[in-house]
Amino acid sequence: MIPAALLVHSVLANAHVLANPAVSARQLGHASAWAVFAVGAVFILGGAFGVILTRNPVHAALMLVLTLFGVAIEFVDEQSDFLAAVQIIVYAGAVIILFLFVIMFLGVDRKETSAREPFRAQRPVAIVLGVVTLIEILVVSRTADWTSGAMSVSGALHQAGADNIQNLGQSVYTRYLLPFEMTAALLVIAVVATVVLARQRDRVAAEMTREEQTELLGPEEMAEHEVRS
Amino acid sequence: MGVPGAWYLTLAAVLFGVGAVGLLIRRNVLIMFMCVELMLNAANLSFVTFARMLNDIAGQSTVFFVLVVAAAEVVVGLGIIVSIFRRRAAATADDLHSLKG
Repeated sequence: MIPAALLVHSVLANAHVLANPAVSARQLGHASAWAVFAVGAVFILGGAFGVILTRNPVHAALMLVLTLFGVAIEFVDEQSDFLAAVQIIVYAGAVIILFLFVIMFLGVDRKETSAREPFRAQRPVAIVLGVVTLIEILVVSRTADWTSGAMSVSGALHQAGADNIQNLGQSVYTRYLLPFEMTAALLVIAVVATVVLARQRDRVAAEMTREEQTELLGPEEMAEHEVRS
Repeated sequence: MGVPGAWYLTLAAVLFGVGAVGLLIRRNVLIMFMCVELMLNAANLSFVTFARMLNDIAGQSTVFFVLVVAAAEVVVGLGIIVSIFRRRAAATADDLHSLKG
């Protein structure tokens, strides 16, 4: 009964706001920005705690997807549309798939064994350190300014007649052209390095067991080799 | 317009803390790797927030490069993990103590 009365009261009190379309649209935009932020924050924190608390690596990878999706939501909320799209494509589309491939190909989805504990106090110390670090960051952020310095040193974020992708492309292809070329080189080096690392090196026949030699050469040829030696 | 930047930075700080704690308390190499990804994402989120607060495109350009480097890092890291697992069936970081002496 009382909540209903409060609701009626608040509607009446805000009637002048609802009657003015400009004001109500701004308030609605404000409220929706907060709602998007809250949903993204829930995704991010739920996924992050899921990653560090689940036992199964496959579940941890899926929780990581949740966190990355939440970060993409926050990017949208901050009007960086291109980065939100790239976040979904690169992370959820490529990185997580790579993680899942490695987990499933290697069959390492076994549980962690806590039988061997080289340093018993590690986990409590780690949690205490994490909490202390977090409190430090938050205290510093409350006592100091978050941002200081000149605005728009390397180009404004919002320019007239250009959207986010145009602005970002302009920045990457002009001011940051050299780093951009270096990332291309980095990607090539990473691909070549991975192929070299993951290549199954062929073993010479002398390193094989007798069964493997027989399988490689065939029984007749194997018998011939035995006779010769 | 919208939520104050301080809220995003606080969220990024909490995400970084969770990732750091996870890196320290988990033993599975793959999950430790995922925690590094969490911390990278926290840094990305704060870069984008600073770009908005300072009205500067450089923050978003930096996030673009961080994404590329993170992808390369994941590729090389998983290659190393695959070659370690192929050599020995060790699922945890504590089993990799060949250099202990």
